[in-house]
Amino acid sequence: MEPLTWTGSLSGLNFIFLIVLGLLALSVVLSILASLVPSSGARAVSADGTLAADKGAVGFINMITGYLFYALIALILVYLIAGIFIGTGAGIFGGMARQFLPVWVALIITFVVSITYKRKLGLYGKLFDSTVGMIGFAIVMFWVFTGVFGGVFDWIITHDSLSQVSGMKNKLPGTPLRGAEEGDYQWFLLGGDNLARDVFSRLIKGSWVVVQIAPMATLFAFMVGITLGLPAGYYSGRLDTILSFLANLILAFPVILLFYLLVTPEIVLTGIPNYMAVFLFIFPIIFVAILLNSRYYTQPSLRTPLLIVVLGVLGWLYLSLISSNGAIVAAENYTIPGLPTFLDGFDIDSGILVVFVSVVFVNSPTVFRIVRGLALDIKTRDYVAAAQTRGEGPWYIMLWEILPNARGPLIVDFCLRIGYTTILLGTLGFFGLGLESESPDWGSTINAGRRLLSLYPHAAIAPALALLSLVLGLNLLADGLREESLRD
Amino acid sequence: MGIFILRRLGVMLLTALCLTFIVFWLTNLYPNLEKLAKTQGNFRMSDEAVASFLGDRGYLQPMPVKFGQWLGVMPGWVTEKEDGKTFGRCFEEGTPEADRPTRCGIIQGDWGFSTVFKDEVGSTVATRLALTGKLMLCVLLLMVPSALIVGVLAGMREGSKLDRSLSTFSIATTATPEYVSGVIFIAVLASSKFGLSPLLAEWGWIDGKTLFLGSATSAMADATFWNFFLPVLTISLYGMGYIARMTRASMAEVMTAQYIRTARLKGVKFSDIVLKHALRNALIAPFTVIMLQIPWLLNGVVIVETLFNYKGFGWLLVQAASNNDIELLLAVSVVSVVVVLVTQLISDIGYVYLNPRIRIS
Repeated sequence: MEPLTWTGSLSGLNFIFLIVLGLLALSVVLSILASLVPSSGARAVSADGTLAADKGAVGFINMITGYLFYALIALILVYLIAGIFIGTGAGIFGGMARQFLPVWVALIITFVVSITYKRKLGLYGKLFDSTVGMIGFAIVMFWVFTGVFGGVFDWIITHDSLSQVSGMKNKLPGTPLRGAEEGDYQWFLLGGDNLARDVFSRLIKGSWVVVQIAPMATLFAFMVGITLGLPAGYYSGRLDTILSFLANLILAFPVILLFYLLVTPEIVLTGIPNYMAVFLFIFPIIFVAILLNSRYYTQPSLRTPLLIVVLGVLGWLYLSLISSNGAIVAAENYTIPGLPTFLDGFDIDSGILVVFVSVVFVNSPTVFRIVRGLALDIKTRDYVAAAQTRGEGPWYIMLWEILPNARGPLIVDFCLRIGYTTILLGTLGFFGLGLESESPDWGSTINAGRRLLSLYPHAAIAPALALLSLVLGLNLLADGLREESLRD
Repeated sequence: MGIFILRRLGVMLLTALCLTFIVFWLTNLYPNLEKLAKTQGNFRMSDEAVASFLGDRGYLQPMPVKFGQWLGVMPGWVTEKEDGKTFGRCFEEGTPEADRPTRCGIIQGDWGFSTVFKDEVGSTVATRLALTGKLMLCVLLLMVPSALIVGVLAGMREGSKLDRSLSTFSIATTATPEYVSGVIFIAVLASSKFGLSPLLAEWGWIDGKTLFLGSATSAMADATFWNFFLPVLTISLYGMGYIARMTRASMAEVMTAQYIRTARLKGVKFSDIVLKHALRNALIAPFTVIMLQIPWLLNGVVIVETLFNYKGFGWLLVQAASNNDIELLLAVSVVSVVVVLVTQLISDIGYVYLNPRIRIS
């Protein structure tokens, strides 16, 4: 069988695509240069009282740029849609476009539903008013759907991410599978890595690792940061001094040194990560308990059953999370018994748990500082004084008056921080810490691929571009959210 | 001001002590020591042999005592074997009794002995630090001016085409960690089979086989643009976006201030407004950000030095940590913690000094 080219039967379009791309770049540069030159024409008054010209030659260039941009988008859509229909006939891109079919369907459904009901969806709906935000959201959701469909349902992947195929070592993208049987996918779409595994399938499986860990770890870091940051900002005084000192202590550690100290097998043996898990993962429970109690303590008949149910479920999740094989900490010479195996809902792989704990640990001091700063600012507002005069308790004020009013910056930071957590996970993988070496996550794959980088770059480039696009998407999403939440 | 600096120095010392103790504690946990004994002695040591090896070398004393000895505030351990040989922390076997110092720790300038490099820790760290200093200097020289230019250009006309293009560029750089941009740069610019280099070589635009060298090992002795630019660019890009965004925000804020409006109404040229009126106030915030960015550069240095095989401080950290070289790792962490704290201090003082509103009140 013939090796695939990048665009297959659509290669006639490549020339047009390149021309449009080149013209677009040229017109963007031109319009930037033109904006530096003052010109006559209709003038708009801007906020600082100055005038800005926006028509004439500049307006013309901008119009051309706009059309070229739409033409580029249309061409990309042609590649995608043709790929979905003729598959590998349209080359590697076509093959990938067809493999991603479930993701396209899910993305289209998400966007159609969200845009239809965007006025009823609060801040999330407003996101669809901003182009940047929509692009970011599309990229992020692309990887989320890819992770879920590929990781849970095994839909998108073409081969097993761990099996090695003889003769496929370091093969270039689009190489036909040697000795392929009838039911097999006939190509390695993005080539083979140095252990003759399919790069494309590993990429998809790797996205699941990120989609699983990064948002959860960020959420936990936020719980820790909020639970400690609110009282530090609200009460100030000695509590604030102590907590801030501790946060600065962790922040003064170079992240990589901390990872090397926490994630080595010797330290894992001592059970320190398990103790940290016990400590850090209790914060969500404390947070939810205080949140509900401060709101409903005046109605004991509602509060008590609610708390029992919620805390029961959370407690079970907590114990399942921290205990494995019936023990919370299993060091060499002692064990602390945890939830018995038959009650244990799920087991987290110990490598993933360690990575998770250290990422939460690194992120929470920053969140703490942000929340503390916001609380310091908001506690001087009138509605807080009103709540104090009403005789509300301090925790009610913190969680139901201050926190909702700090949500804008916190949501934006949440998106940015997921991106940062993704980078941290990649860093861990890059140094071969925590996760197993055959793990398909992007950091480990880049680490494995970088040794042969100048000869066979595809094995490292693919996950690198994937990580780049996901983090970029999260940044754009955060930017769009910031713009829209400022508009309120 | 004096009291402020003194108080900051006090907090800084306390932080440094706490942090070094944490590192000391983590590196001196028993499994680490056991591994040390087995790599130093032999791998099939029995548990008793490990215990006596460690006991003889003072590793089994209580943690605060060991920490005190390492700091040099407590007398170092002395072991007398049954056969009469005496050795201790501060002297080798066979040193006459008169020449034996009682204390030797980092206060006395004794950083210990590296088990990986078979050399004094102090001199090892100093050489590597000098190499990384060269790298950092180049990074700062590239990163700070370009970040400030990008930020000021973007912020002087908020919402313009230029602003949007430059902001997208800075978002893209903050989204590209060093290990991603480094990999892409090597593949595109420094591979003899892929990317730009084969094309350029074919056209005869470059002399060698590749546009840049993908390994910076040769740059340790003799740094040229060819072998040193890629690592410098890789570190700079990631930090640049953040500084540029902060500069842009600060610049955009200043540009809406009343006095800028007054200047425009007076008819001052736009370039003069930006350079003479706005810039001074707009650069206060980026200064703090740049100082606080230096600890982050340390991370980038570790990644880039590993990726480009440049044997500097970051490479040393990886070697010390992955080979369980306790004393070297301690020295490395002390240095990095001090770097972090000193930059924080400078940024605090600098902020107060630069900002007349705070300085005068």
